[in-house]
This record gives sequence, C-alpha cells and structure tokens, in this order.
Amino acid sequence: MTGLRERAKSLLESGRVQVVIGYEEGSAGRVRPAFVRHPTQADTLVFDDRCVQNLAVYPLKPEVRELGTAALVATPAALRAVLQLAAEHQLREGEVVVLLPTPGGLKVLESFSQMEEEAKMSFQGPSPEEKSRVEGIATLPREARWEYWQGQFSRCIKCYACRAACPLCYCSQCIVEVNQPQWIPVLPHAWGSMEWHLVRAMHLAGRCVDCKECARACPVGIPVDLLNHVLREEIASQFGTRAGLSATASYALSTFDRRDREDFIR
Amino acid sequence: MEFEPKIIALVCTWCTYAGADLTGTSRIKYAPQVRVVRVPCTGRIDFMYLLQAFNQGADGVIVSGCHPADCHYTSGNLHARRRWIVFRKLMDFVGIDTRRVFFAWVSAAEGAKWAQLVNDVVATVRQLGPYEEYRSLIPAHARPEVAA
Repeated sequence: MTGLRERAKSLLESGRVQVVIGYEEGSAGRVRPAFVRHPTQADTLVFDDRCVQNLAVYPLKPEVRELGTAALVATPAALRAVLQLAAEHQLREGEVVVLLPTPGGLKVLESFSQMEEEAKMSFQGPSPEEKSRVEGIATLPREARWEYWQGQFSRCIKCYACRAACPLCYCSQCIVEVNQPQWIPVLPHAWGSMEWHLVRAMHLAGRCVDCKECARACPVGIPVDLLNHVLREEIASQFGTRAGLSATASYALSTFDRRDREDFIR
Repeated sequence: MEFEPKIIALVCTWCTYAGADLTGTSRIKYAPQVRVVRVPCTGRIDFMYLLQAFNQGADGVIVSGCHPADCHYTSGNLHARRRWIVFRKLMDFVGIDTRRVFFAWVSAAEGAKWAQLVNDVVATVRQLGPYEEYRSLIPAHARPEVAA
C-alpha cells in the first residue's frame, strides 16, 4: 500500500499522469473509487481484499478523459479490460498507466506489451467452483434450464447496472435505448428481461474479460456472469481466442475460420 | 383442429431465396406453412431476428444461405456461421428450444433441397407443437395474433 501511494504520488508529481483512479475508504467498512488529482491526496489510496471493483470502467468516461492521462489501480481482471479496450481502439498506447498490486509488490505497466506479458502470465481461467456452477445448470434438462433462467430473469428490474458496471459496455447509444425500431421491450417483464440479458451476453461475446462486475453490480443477484462464462468458454474452445490477453487481437465474431464447425447446419 | 405450425425462414437473397424460387419454377410441391423473409446476406441476420421471429408467433425458424465459398459477398456466410455457433450455445444454455431453430445451406440450384428442408422442418415442429412456452412470456397487449 505504501508502494502504491508513493508511486501514485510520483506519477502525479512528475506530470506523467493527471489522475490516479484507485480505491479509498468509503462508508460502512467498504471501499469506493477514488480519483486522485493531487499528490497530497495520494495517501487516501488503499488496496486490499475489498478492492474488487473493475475500475477500467472509468478511463473512457468523457469527464474522466477530460482530466488527462490516467493511472489505474487494477486487479488482474481490470488489466485484461484495459487490454481489450486497447484491442478495440478505445485506449491509445500510453493513455493509461496500470498500477497492478501483486503479492510480490506493485507492478507499474506503462506499455501495452508489458501489460500483455503480465496478463498472459497471471491468467488462470475459470475457477473450478465457477465451472461446476455452470455445469450444474448446463446439465439440467432443457425445460429445467428454461425454468431456472426465467426465475432469474423475472427478478430483473431493468436498472442496467450490469451495463453501467461493465468496462466493455461503452457504446454511447445502447441498443436498449433505440426505439425506432424498438428491439428490446422496455418493461421489466419476463420477456423483455430475457431479451435484454441475451442481447447483453451476445454483445459481449468474445469481448468479456471475466471480471464478474456485472454480477456484483446486480442489485437482485442474477448470476448474469454465467451467461458470459458460457460464451467465453465456447469461443475459447471453438475459435481458440480469449479476450483481454492482447492489445491487438481481432474480435472473434468479426472474423472466421474456414474450418469453423458446421455440423449443426444442414 | 390440427395444429399448423408457423415457420419463419430468414434467407439470403442470392442463394436460398433463388433456390426457393427454383422450387416453385420446378413445380415441386412443399409445405405451405413457411413465411420467407429475404435479406441481402446471412451475415446480415442479427441474432435478434431469431428472437423477433418467436416474438411474432413463430413456432420454428429456418436460417439459410449460401454454402461456404459461395457467398456473393465472399465471407458473409462464414461470419454468420460463427455467430450461430455462439448464439446456439446461448439459446441452449437459457433453455430456448433449439430443436425449433434450423440452420441450412441451400444454393440457388437446390430447389429440391429447399422443399425437403421445409417439409422436414414443418413435420418436426408439428410434432413439437406450438411454442407456447416462449409466447407465454409475452404480455397480452403485445402478443401477436396467431391466426389459424
């Protein structure tokens, strides 16, 4: 933590960055995002087990961009989000400095190639618990899967917190706000909620970096991250690509391989 | 009264639409329960179209276009194929009845294949019955009128 504060201070003092996006003490023993713009404020920064929010959602916001170059206190998932944003041409080289606290000390990653190296090294893939959760649903009979997800989707209040929390959901106009034609029913009934969750999962297919911020943000506890999980693993097994490990990779669904499977096509 | 399935077919204009035309000019009779929607290319078929078809009261959906290497736009069908691989997985995971979604390659020369495909699809969906499960989600005011 001292290392983090020192480094934040020196980055701000040298003018390398104008803002450090990190965590600070919030209320009720929780942490909250902090936007440190002056070296003297750097002592408010903290980093511990409570710091799980993916802060990579902030650097693209116009009001944050306006502040100048940013340093981002990142979890490994946030690091992958930064790389994916780079691959999608949303962040330029040098625009974000990643401060990655690790058990061996703070790592400062300035270039995309350093970030790629670190992301590839630290990537572990889905945990056994997560795999068994997905497996538990996937192996149910179809009708039971439908029941399960309808039960989940019917609790959705359409607050779009899953979208707001996601670093990759950066479209300035989202398809749910398009009303000519109205693709997705607005009301939070079972039908509109299911369509929303399918669209969200599909628009993140091949882009989701597995930070699970969507599930954490959901106020009613829908495990929306499992939808992303299924598509992420399908894309990894079918096309051999994973988002968030490269700053230059192309989007899995905007390319193709002549050998892609087609055993389901007549 | 016996259940007559409603089938929506999303087809590309260059291959399957022309193929379906050939079915007609070849005087091949096939099941009349299919409604054809012509799009420029299978690459143009957003996954939302499939959901929209079910919203509009379809009991089954056919998605069909040019064979690989036959695409008028070189690779639209290959992009589409990837999208379908992924979307099928998602539909399956959330319990949408993927037995009602049919993917095919039908070229402009395959009039007989088109007839066979539609006949097969109609027979399969007739067995499965109306897709009430999906329709029951749609609130009454938005439910399409499913005429017999």
